[in-house]
Amino acid sequence: MIDLIVFLVAAAICLVGAVGVVVARNPVHSALMLVMTLFGIAVHFVAQEAHFLAAVQVIVYAGAIVVMFLFVIMLLGVDVHTKLDLGGLKGQRVAAAAFGVVGLGVLVFLMTRVEDGITSQPAGTPIDPNTPDINQLAHSLFDQYVFAFELTSVLLIIAVIGAVILSRKPRPELEESQGGES
Amino acid sequence: MFAQLTQFESPPVDFFSLTPLFILVGGAVVIMLVTSLSPRPIPGWFSTAVSVAASAGAAVVAMVLWNDVRESGPYSTVSDAIGIDGFSLFFTVLVSLGVIATALVGDAYVRREHIAAPEFHALLLTAATGAIVMASANDLVVMFIGLESLSIGLYILAAMQFRRPHGREAAMKYFVLGAFSSAFLLYGIALVYGTTGSTSLIVIRERTSSLGAMVSPSELLIVGIALLLVGFAFKVAAAPFHFWAPDVYEGSGSPVSGFMASVAKAAAFAGLLRVVVVALGANEGDWAVPLAVLSAISIIVGAVMAITQNDVKRMLAFSSVGHAGYILVGVQAATAEGMSSALFYLFAYTFMVIGSFAVVSVIGWDNGHPIERYEGLAKRRPWLAGAFTVFLLAQAGVPMTAGFVAKFLVIKSAVAEEIYWLAILAMVASVITAFMYLRIVMAMWARDADVDDAPRLAVAPATAFVVAAAVAITLVYGIIPDSLIEFTRDAVPALVAGN
Repeated sequence: MIDLIVFLVAAAICLVGAVGVVVARNPVHSALMLVMTLFGIAVHFVAQEAHFLAAVQVIVYAGAIVVMFLFVIMLLGVDVHTKLDLGGLKGQRVAAAAFGVVGLGVLVFLMTRVEDGITSQPAGTPIDPNTPDINQLAHSLFDQYVFAFELTSVLLIIAVIGAVILSRKPRPELEESQGGES
Repeated sequence: MFAQLTQFESPPVDFFSLTPLFILVGGAVVIMLVTSLSPRPIPGWFSTAVSVAASAGAAVVAMVLWNDVRESGPYSTVSDAIGIDGFSLFFTVLVSLGVIATALVGDAYVRREHIAAPEFHALLLTAATGAIVMASANDLVVMFIGLESLSIGLYILAAMQFRRPHGREAAMKYFVLGAFSSAFLLYGIALVYGTTGSTSLIVIRERTSSLGAMVSPSELLIVGIALLLVGFAFKVAAAPFHFWAPDVYEGSGSPVSGFMASVAKAAAFAGLLRVVVVALGANEGDWAVPLAVLSAISIIVGAVMAITQNDVKRMLAFSSVGHAGYILVGVQAATAEGMSSALFYLFAYTFMVIGSFAVVSVIGWDNGHPIERYEGLAKRRPWLAGAFTVFLLAQAGVPMTAGFVAKFLVIKSAVAEEIYWLAILAMVASVITAFMYLRIVMAMWARDADVDDAPRLAVAPATAFVVAAAVAITLVYGIIPDSLIEFTRDAVPALVAGN
């Protein structure tokens, strides 16, 4: 019973935060709403006995990443009310609402079909109560998922290159050095 | 109360089989390091040379591995995350050749458009790494990160041409819709993981084939498969998930559009084949009909929409949607023959489309590519017009070209499975699309255009080489396709565990 209450409260926090990110007029408010969603997810992790993940979620996401968002928003001076109503397609909202309702219906239907949990593992119990979750995390990260883990570094290289390109102003002298032709 | 220290053994890694990936990422790092650390400006050709050399090296190592696999069988490495089999090596070779061609065409392009050459080539190499990982992944998590490496690289490549008015729109559209489609794929992965209890394709195949429809609850798996199909359909630009393709192909630089239509499409098809057709092969009843419907819609949309366009790049974009439909004809047959026909089609199409976009890149223009600009091209540049004619006729499926053999093989695989309606539809639609291709050919050859005041077209030697090589491949595999057919027959994905 207590599990259900915790789940419902945390889920509500996540959803309110997620909706807030989208509807807030001020980018700073959007970023703060994102913190709320990430906190809700951290609560879910605690309820699943993944305490380390919950701590990482709060420290890294809510602490570091969103603070970075706020820095960027404030440094760029876009912390004003931005009007994002670009008109859009005719009937866009109606179609979006219809798709949303259908999607929700599918999810609810699926939930009724899941009788005794998707896996044999009951919710809210640690996978292996004798091993600390940091060790378990390390084992899956450096054994089964080690390739994915290392591959993420390639993804980061791409992200760095992309950030440099997109934020760089055009440099005329660079073009000369490449032997630019007209 | 200290936690018990457990002995940890890292999984065995067969480094040689990962060498193609190392070479490609290494090439990108070398380009970035040398150009940023060098005290003097590095000429633009350096990046091109490293990019071509790295891709060529990757292709050569893949051929060596290919021989190993033929002798001693396929295997997996790094905790079964990466599978080395004919399928993954086929795509390693294909992607590497695609990068070589794009890098050579891009050499003149980055100079003309004043785009930073090191970043362009580094992104090509890292995106190619993602594409190869997608084709080799034995794990859904690895597949997803490969897909993101490819996609994020492509978003940036599309955004590099931000000075042109369409460039920004294209990049933004591609980014938003691409991220949206990745979310579909991720949700599908989550549901498949939920029902099968593993992200490993090897385990997923074992469990779905032993339990069949007994996977509980089976509805969850079906919805998971459906979401995976939507995600992959977005990436291969199959209708009705193709809306990004025309705008993005039009707004991106021509070499980048060629790269998207060839390498990105091939990688997405590789992912689709590996995850849906092979790992979830036991659930064929759930995905074969949806794939056939996607295929039919793509073929129709590709044919009908292409003939209404007046911009050559948009025509090629819609024709690319149609080609995705033809490849899906082979995929939905879900037989060994269907799979090898899809691989043949991808190989042939890669060179046709890179060649086409290379020609489009030479014609180059700031605001769109109206067909009027191609009028009288045969008088000004007969060889270029001749090459473009070959590519267009090959895409239309004219005999003696690789395009004909490819279309023939996919339709044959559908007929062998007695899916006659799709085979007939594919044949009728190929006649309709032929009209569109012939319109461009007619514009180039037949009309009397005033060519005297037209700007002189400079064809860089590297671009000329790519166009000539693509023409040669298109014609050679159109006349003697046997060796390539044999190559695709051996390129079967094998989901095996262990070394």
